[in-house]
Amino acid sequence: MGFRRRKWEERIVRALMLVSTGLVLGSLLMILGTVIIKALPAINLDMITKTPQGGYYMGKAGGILNAILGSLYLASGATLLALLLSLPIVLSINTYSLRSKAWAVQVRFFLDVLWGVPSIVYGAFGFIVMTLLGLRASLLAGILTVALLELPIMARAMDEVIRLVPSALIDASASLGATRLETALRVVLRQSLPGILTAMLIAFGRGIGDAASVLFTAGFTDHIPTSLTQPAATLPLAIFFQLGTPFPEVRERAYASAAVLTLIILIVSLAARALSRKLRKHIIN
Amino acid sequence: MNDASHLRIRDLSISFGDQPVLKNVSLDVPDRKITVIVGPSGCGKTTLLKSLNRLLDSVDDVHIRGHIYVDDDDIYDPRVEVTRVRKKMGLLSQKPQVLPMSIFDNIAYGPRLHGVRDRKALAAIVERELKAAGLWDEVKDRLHGPAARLSVGQQQRLCLARGLAVEPEIILGDEPTSALDPQSSRIVEQRLMALKADYTVIVVTHILRQARRIADYIAFLYLGELVEHGPASAIFAAPRDPRTQAYFSGEIS
Repeated sequence: MGFRRRKWEERIVRALMLVSTGLVLGSLLMILGTVIIKALPAINLDMITKTPQGGYYMGKAGGILNAILGSLYLASGATLLALLLSLPIVLSINTYSLRSKAWAVQVRFFLDVLWGVPSIVYGAFGFIVMTLLGLRASLLAGILTVALLELPIMARAMDEVIRLVPSALIDASASLGATRLETALRVVLRQSLPGILTAMLIAFGRGIGDAASVLFTAGFTDHIPTSLTQPAATLPLAIFFQLGTPFPEVRERAYASAAVLTLIILIVSLAARALSRKLRKHIIN
Repeated sequence: MNDASHLRIRDLSISFGDQPVLKNVSLDVPDRKITVIVGPSGCGKTTLLKSLNRLLDSVDDVHIRGHIYVDDDDIYDPRVEVTRVRKKMGLLSQKPQVLPMSIFDNIAYGPRLHGVRDRKALAAIVERELKAAGLWDEVKDRLHGPAARLSVGQQQRLCLARGLAVEPEIILGDEPTSALDPQSSRIVEQRLMALKADYTVIVVTHILRQARRIADYIAFLYLGELVEHGPASAIFAAPRDPRTQAYFSGEIS
């Protein structure tokens, strides 16, 4: 009976979809739950308003303001730098290289390869460049390395949005006498703004959460950096160091730091969504 | 025929890769009249239209031979500035393409590109062109609202106003009513008829009834060849070529 078999197929596929959705949601809740429950005993105002006072990693007083600010400086700087680098790449392969599609295919391929490079390799590469240039572990070296890590992610995410801009829209701008640059900046960018924002958000999240790329390049310090040449602490490394201690109360602080990191990403995502809704007003569907 | 015609096409051949699309087309487009290019799908109408403002430049593997003269300048001369060629032609596409900005900015877009900065001057242009396109009364209270929220018919008239704002000499319409409802189509047709007093209008269509309604001059393309062209009344009354006769009688479409 074909009819009964197909009905069963439907049921099985539906059940599979429910199971996988449940797995995803369940994992998310379990991660958040674990972090929050383990973090609760260690959460207090000092944590986000103070820098480590001596012996913080052995359980003494202080907070992780140095790592919070360090991570924010580092990820913001890296995201802006990656934006400056990826916009020209993406605009060029979408509006300038129309005559040679082969070039665009190659650029996309290279970006995909870069995307796949593990972040520890970026870290090692950044470290080598740093020593060659005679730089020490610093905020600047961290920003440069994380920007490299974010670049392919941001560029490919933006590329996917900018590719969707209808070619007839580009023609419309061109036929009013706009140059390709004017069309790219005033029409293509405008139309893709919400998507560009999302791409920045994805890259920011990846950058602020990465430990391996900043391990050798940004260094670690108890102080809040006041210039680009000073080392900077970061949340992922703070979590890593605190989890590695033998003291249970310090390990609780690691979970509290993880909760702070998660909260930062949540706030940035919500802000980006609100902004993106505003930017959507003029978008052509 | 008209010697002073300011848009002249000479021996134009276009191919995509090794696929010929237009073969040796020569045509003098009469000034201040509506010239309608008709023909079945795939005959090269749209390609011909796009070649007039060099929109084919960005197409992969396109080969263009021949000449198109606008005011005695060959627009395919490498020394010609492509943005100046395009500024002379307003384009209406099949599906209206408003820019992702407000109604006001859509129309001010072209003038701003060409150096008009003064707000009062821009406002005057916006009002004048919206009136010319028959849209002013419907949008005058929401000039700064998004153009994307207009109906499709209104969007097409906005595109017309936007094209007029750069003070072109020629208006190109690529099946400009194909996405519109009958009411909006009629309005756009009426605007085109009114505009021919000041502009040279070229419209591509596959709707013969539309051609009969608006054409002063007809060019019939078939398989990339310009089969027959002449004043609309003469061509419709007595097409000479058997292929034109077959097309008009509906045997080829």
